[in-house]
Amino acid sequence: MRLVESGREAPSLSAARRIGALALRHYYLFRGSWTRVVELFYWPLMQILLWGFISQFFQQHSSLIAQAGGLLMAGVLLWDVMFRGQLGVSVSLLEELWSRNLGQMFVSPLRPVELAAALMVVSLARTFVGLLPAALAAWLFYAFAITDMGPGLIAFFFLLLAFSWAIGLAVCALLLRNGLGAENLAWVTVFGIAPISAVYYPVTTLPDWLQPVALALPSAHVFEGMRAVMLEGRFDWGHFAWAAGLDVVAFGAALALFLWAYETARRDGRLLSGGE
Amino acid sequence: MQTDSPPVEATGLAKRFGKVVAVESVDFRVGPGEVVGLLGGNGAGKTTTMSMLMGVLIPTAGTARVFGVDANRRDPATLARINFSSPYVEMPGRLTVAENLEVYARLFGVRRPAERIRALARDLDLEPLLGRMTRTLSAGQKSRAALAKSLINAPDLLLLDEPTASLDPDTADWIRRYLEDYQAATGAAILLASHNMPEVERLCDEVLIMRAGRIVDRGSPAALIARHGRRTMEEVFLDIARGTGADARLEAQP
Repeated sequence: MRLVESGREAPSLSAARRIGALALRHYYLFRGSWTRVVELFYWPLMQILLWGFISQFFQQHSSLIAQAGGLLMAGVLLWDVMFRGQLGVSVSLLEELWSRNLGQMFVSPLRPVELAAALMVVSLARTFVGLLPAALAAWLFYAFAITDMGPGLIAFFFLLLAFSWAIGLAVCALLLRNGLGAENLAWVTVFGIAPISAVYYPVTTLPDWLQPVALALPSAHVFEGMRAVMLEGRFDWGHFAWAAGLDVVAFGAALALFLWAYETARRDGRLLSGGE
Repeated sequence: MQTDSPPVEATGLAKRFGKVVAVESVDFRVGPGEVVGLLGGNGAGKTTTMSMLMGVLIPTAGTARVFGVDANRRDPATLARINFSSPYVEMPGRLTVAENLEVYARLFGVRRPAERIRALARDLDLEPLLGRMTRTLSAGQKSRAALAKSLINAPDLLLLDEPTASLDPDTADWIRRYLEDYQAATGAAILLASHNMPEVERLCDEVLIMRAGRIVDRGSPAALIARHGRRTMEEVFLDIARGTGADARLEAQP
């Protein structure tokens, strides 16, 4: 037997290196699993095809709703930023729970805030990979270019992504607290926000009592802002400011919840037990 | 191996889960280069004790110091010097062995991951397995891959929870021999939880025997065997587990 003498030099204690390690872990996972890759873009693609045909029907039958074609498809694409972004965070943590790897990862210099950062990096990559084919399909089949929204699109994208990460981290907190028993929440939570996010209709369509609730969500401001760009050709700074401010509050609260859940998992011995 | 505070120093370490006492006020030390065995039946508190040393479990009372630093602080520089292996904690099955080792090398801040993985693969006969999905490995192959992961950062303190459980005698012996050589070459300290008494006799300088969360006896394997008037650690373990040891026999006399 030959003894290992390498690896005795002082380790790198860079947080970026550890975040990169976890991102690499998920890249390897996707590289070796075509079904996971297909799942990334299958649903957004199906959604855009379905809503594209519905939009075409509207355009052919009503001049009043003619403008709705773009609105519906922009809504579908931006809503999927929310959905994919949240799934990207919570399903990436689920991958660690499914493979019973979470405890072992924390027997390393990894910090919980670095795990959260890595989940967001992975989420960003998953969202891009998931939405690019759908955006391309919208352009090829329906001549709808999401980029026509201009610079506002970048703002909408990141505002929605930040909110989706907040929801994703809150779901991760539930997973750390309750284990795989909370798995279903990872898939359904974001849908609970859809009706009051005013994705396909203005906030004023909602009952009066529900409108303040909707306006307390960054997503409702983003979709109002999206309609301002598409229907009136102006960037609504008011909605932008509200969305950004609410994002900061939601993200801060979700991160605090995530860190608290991590500490309770450490206290109750759930990190090494596999999360069941 | 850096010369500094002892690798492990547990003082009054305790853990309760609600009303269940998992570990009750244990004190022990693992010195530089020592191999210490942690024995006890299922539920005796071995894994709980190790978890507190690794900082993945918060103690209810007492402190666990690793290289002089409170394990509960989860200091990255200290965590980079320890590692862990257990058959009950797995690596992601859908990654290849090489991919898993690379991810862990980067998590531990290993400077030249590829070189380190090549060296470990050569030493642990893992070269033919590097490209295989981890979930397709046999139990013995998984154990060798897990050992490679636990040595990826050339740890100064190695925590092993039943490293040879469910392995055939040949593979188990191979792993014990490798651990002996690694310890001799690097001077690393090892804390070994095991149910395999010949393994404990062979590897350990000192043994801590736990029952119901307490350390009920301790000493070198030879000293324990002599004190209990037995021939093997297996007999000592059974005496303590069943309460039929020399002490118990003396107590039972009128």
